[in-house]
Amino acid sequence: MSNTQRPTSPHLQVYSWSLEMALSIFHRATGVALGGGTLLITWWLIAIATGPEAYDQFRMAMGSIIGKTILLAFTFSLMLHLCNGIRHLFWDMGKGFDLEDTHRSSKLVLLSSVVLTLISWAVGYGMI
Amino acid sequence: MAEFKLPKNSTYKKGKTWAADKDATNIKRFNIYRWNEDDGENPRIDTYEVDLDKCGPMVLDGLIKIKNEIDPTLTFRRSCREGVCGSCAMNIGGKNTLACTIDIASYKGDLNIYPLPHMDVVKDLVPDLTNFYAQYASIKPWMQTQTPAPSGTERLQSPEDRLKLDGLYECVLCACCSTSCPSYWWNSDKYLGPAVLLQAYRWLIDSRDENTGERLDELEDSFRLYRCHTIMNCANTCPKDLNPAKAIAEIKKMMVERQG
Repeated sequence: MSNTQRPTSPHLQVYSWSLEMALSIFHRATGVALGGGTLLITWWLIAIATGPEAYDQFRMAMGSIIGKTILLAFTFSLMLHLCNGIRHLFWDMGKGFDLEDTHRSSKLVLLSSVVLTLISWAVGYGMI
Repeated sequence: MAEFKLPKNSTYKKGKTWAADKDATNIKRFNIYRWNEDDGENPRIDTYEVDLDKCGPMVLDGLIKIKNEIDPTLTFRRSCREGVCGSCAMNIGGKNTLACTIDIASYKGDLNIYPLPHMDVVKDLVPDLTNFYAQYASIKPWMQTQTPAPSGTERLQSPEDRLKLDGLYECVLCACCSTSCPSYWWNSDKYLGPAVLLQAYRWLIDSRDENTGERLDELEDSFRLYRCHTIMNCANTCPKDLNPAKAIAEIKKMMVERQG
């Protein structure tokens, strides 16, 4: 026996991605993003409590292109986490595990989170 | 902790190319992961050009042809060549499967073959399955009873109860599912993984087994069972079309149900 350390075989480097796998990591990433988003809400509340000047600052920041992009990402994170979370509730009941069902629910989760994001922004702009 | 990059000794580079005969017209390139402990080098990807006109239809046929006719040092496990032994499990075209039951023709372009992912490599396509087998032994995969055996007869089971074992007993322990699971990649020292949990469930719902309570006690652990996050790679890759993710969900349900 030589003392050579055995290598670890390639994993993420070679494994082909599926939509299920991508949604799983997105679920975790959006969960983290929601933590950051909650800080924004806290900022908003503190700004309201502090007074008009502080609130103007908040509006300026969130009204900018960067601010809006962050808010859009926040909304999408919320919707994706919500929709995929609902799918997890079904899974916890032991339902929806057939491969055809998981492929279908993956697409449904993606589609509905995009649609819900668009709807909430349309509501926000007073279009609905 | 999750280590997304390969350690220094595990990064791989391009290796040798073994060209096909000049008269070959139907060539498939097999890019195969190679490593042996003797030369002290990092792993490499060797390319073998195989003449499919002179080769059987399955990926395993290609591997055996390479070993017999091109490079006898290529090392891989194989035995039954019909999907019942689970020996030739490997990562083919980005997915884990059995080389013996998958058509070469089902892959377009080059055929990339690696060992089962995130395992210690013994040589070439042979991973070290010691931990996997130890985990299997840890769930005590045999019938456990409290009551004395009935005299003159076996422990009987109704056809309905027997049906509950379908989709579970067919597992050949090839480890395709466990080594496809990112949770298992990052935590195989503590998480049992889909294959072993599917077998745990096979004994949990066997009507003849009488140690269900202890079996559940053993599994009730934030790592052993609950590292499953329903990523679904296991069910997506199982060469026997089983669904470990569903079996694990059933175990989680049993955990909740027994709390009354």
